[in-house]
Amino acid sequence: MYSEMEGISVETQPDSVSAVNTMSFDAEKHPIVEVRSLNAWYGPQRVISDVSMKFKRNHVTAIIGPSGCGKSTLVRCINRLHELVPNSKLTGNVMLDGVDIYGKQIDVVDVRRRIGMVFQKPNPFPNMSIRDNVVAGLKLAGVRDRKRLDEIAKNALQQAFLWEEVKDKLPNSGASISGGQQQRLCIARALAVEPEVILMDEPCSALDPTATAKIEELITKLSDNYTVIIVTHNMQQASRVADYTAFMYLGKLIEYDETPRMFENPKEELTERYITGKFG
Amino acid sequence: MNARRILDRFWLGLAVAAVVVALAPLGSIIYYVTVRGIAAISWSFLTHNFNQIGNNGGIANALEGTFLVVALASTIGIPVGLLAGVYVSEYATGRSADVIRFLSDVLVGVPSIVTGILVYSAVVISFPTPYNGYTAFAAGIALGLMEIPIIANTTSESLRLVPNSLREASVALGIRKWRTIFLMLANCLGGIMTGILLATSRVAGETAPLLLTALGSTQPFQGLFNSVETMTLFIFQNGTSGTPNLVEQAWGASFVLLVTVLGINIAIKLVTRRRIVFV
Amino acid sequence: MRVCPLCFIRQRSVSVVSTFPTGRGRRSAFADNVFRGLVFLFAALIPLILAAYLFELGSHSIPSINAFGLSFVFGSQWNPPREIFEVLPEILGTLVSSLIAIAIGVPVSLGVAVFLSEISPKGPREIISAIVELLAAVPSIVFGFWGLVILVPQVVRPVEGFLQATLGFIPLFQHAASGYDLFAGGVILAIMIIPYVAAVSRDAMLTVPRSQLEAAYALGGTKSEVIRMAVFGYARSGIIAGVFLGFGRAIGETMAVTLVIGNSLQFTSSLFAPAQTLASLIANNYGETIGTVPVAALIEVGLVLLGLSLLANFGARLILRRFVRRGAQML
Repeated sequence: MYSEMEGISVETQPDSVSAVNTMSFDAEKHPIVEVRSLNAWYGPQRVISDVSMKFKRNHVTAIIGPSGCGKSTLVRCINRLHELVPNSKLTGNVMLDGVDIYGKQIDVVDVRRRIGMVFQKPNPFPNMSIRDNVVAGLKLAGVRDRKRLDEIAKNALQQAFLWEEVKDKLPNSGASISGGQQQRLCIARALAVEPEVILMDEPCSALDPTATAKIEELITKLSDNYTVIIVTHNMQQASRVADYTAFMYLGKLIEYDETPRMFENPKEELTERYITGKFG
Repeated sequence: MNARRILDRFWLGLAVAAVVVALAPLGSIIYYVTVRGIAAISWSFLTHNFNQIGNNGGIANALEGTFLVVALASTIGIPVGLLAGVYVSEYATGRSADVIRFLSDVLVGVPSIVTGILVYSAVVISFPTPYNGYTAFAAGIALGLMEIPIIANTTSESLRLVPNSLREASVALGIRKWRTIFLMLANCLGGIMTGILLATSRVAGETAPLLLTALGSTQPFQGLFNSVETMTLFIFQNGTSGTPNLVEQAWGASFVLLVTVLGINIAIKLVTRRRIVFV
Repeated sequence: MRVCPLCFIRQRSVSVVSTFPTGRGRRSAFADNVFRGLVFLFAALIPLILAAYLFELGSHSIPSINAFGLSFVFGSQWNPPREIFEVLPEILGTLVSSLIAIAIGVPVSLGVAVFLSEISPKGPREIISAIVELLAAVPSIVFGFWGLVILVPQVVRPVEGFLQATLGFIPLFQHAASGYDLFAGGVILAIMIIPYVAAVSRDAMLTVPRSQLEAAYALGGTKSEVIRMAVFGYARSGIIAGVFLGFGRAIGETMAVTLVIGNSLQFTSSLFAPAQTLASLIANNYGETIGTVPVAALIEVGLVLLGLSLLANFGARLILRRFVRRGAQML
């Protein structure tokens, strides 16, 4: 009668390692997330074409490319948010620690807990306090112990470099703080459920340079303990924070390399043209 | 995790159950009114007047009365409602538009029996006539008062939907404001007509204010300043009488009334997307 | 229906170039002013009518207010032959029946609203919404008649029997359950307020931005958990406004309640005892009231009812206004 996944059709294919873009560096040894032959559609429109890549554990990987290249959709396939869109479709595999998260036995709720997401426009829950926002994920899961929630909230806010600024304002609405603070609140909220991977979809595009700088600093620190995958249209940002960068164009993965090498010496002509600003 | 999954299914299932519970009364009402009402319908039923004894009685004078009272109500309700709506949409400044709209909404929420009391107090007892002041005239005023805020609201909403470019074009051509407004009204005629239809079908189904103004009667229409019978009063009086024959007639009258009112609302819903719940 | 502005010009045979038609200027300006005056006048009627309610009902209840003062609302005897008019039982009847209506009707309405806004696919949503709204179009006397003959004997009485059998030790449920009682009044009111509360709540829920839902899903929530956290939280004000509106509607309903509530002039602390509301009291006394004080008393009942209903409606409207200012598109 009803289903959590609206309009989704998922076909899993047998293991097939795509020949395109296997990485030569040692990410292969400890991938935490691996995408295999991923194709994704919105209705009849294909937005991701046969993308395969591996993301290295506890490092920051950036995905860059012009608007419409599929980078946002890619990360939404990783935390299974793509399937919530009506008439969406997806083929291929996404592996988390070697297990296909689209498998029949997998609990999607658990997948999303382990792979957190921060969105382009900060979206704290406006009717909840700052503290309640941080522990929202835990409350969803039914955790009630006040003391424990308070501790976790403090810890997460500290990790997100926000504790000092809001520690006296915890009962205030989540929407009562500045944009940059709201975004760090959303990061704290994602951290509170102890994910392994953090996806960021253009997290700074709605923020001013000061707030952006704070978050970039935060990202670098986060990669000590988490795997960060960040989508950005800002190449300078990618070169500042990311260890590895992937360039996508029209739904395909064009090039994927260590960031310095990618920007100084791109292998593909398309990459070079994008990086030097000839389009996009 | 299993527990969360199960709870999830449970809550979502409850929502579906709520829909079933919400739709059941409508289904039941339509079913019983149709099944029991049709039995009473006959040409004689539709053309004879209410007969206390029950035999050969009918809803003729009730039908007549309803039409009359609603028509009376509309002579007040439509002009006042229309122009008040025009004010809110076309003449008022931000603040006063808000206030009038707010007060209009509050008026919509006044219980219909209180409207009846108002007209009872202001008209019925102040102007005694053969039946102690209970007149079709008073009934018309009461229902008209109810129509005003409904029509005002639907009119101003409809006018709001007319694009500003049309207003500007008309004014730029030197057309006077009142002519421009007629132009606007012509452009959203559909919305305005459905608003009027909804208001009139709504008051046609009212009973409470009529208890205190029209009183009801067994006679056919005897002039504006006499008491009058309506379909709703007919159903009330006969439905609670306890006499099987009269109760059956009440079902018949309910059938006619329900078919009309629901018919109008369904037609409106099919033709437009307008919401028919007045909030 | 599109009307070309130029058509007006053609009728008046004025050149399009000229913007000040000569000769007709003063006449048109006059028409403009008359129209404007009419519009202002009729719009002013709206606050005037509201004032008229308060003034007329207030002034015409004075004989009764003088005779009974505060005991009108605190006393319990409504005795026309002795000319004693006190309406506390009816006030209680009104409030309790409306509260029952809320207790039963709001959960159902919220379920419907959740279904329509979050669960149902787009096609059925329109149709089911329309059918739920149709319930609001049924004339209240038809509701009452159906309640009298069908709902009470077939549904309310068995339910009351069951409740009495299982929970009969609670005083609330201890009375000969004929079915025509306070509980039945509450039930029928609950059914009648569903379209209102459901429509307003559904609209409120549809304004919840997608990003809020995504945030909750991304944290790892099941659909019902996401609805609880993101939808109910964000749409809270709208839902509360809807509940107030439903309450206001229930307070003022007359015919449906009169036919099923048993019409007793006493208020007993049992849901299964016959009762009376302010509205049903007026309805039961129609046509028979003669004399200055009795008439004034009847009008004063109307005044009390008006007061209660205005409170509920004002509250609802104020909440709705605040909600609208937060950027949500409603009504």
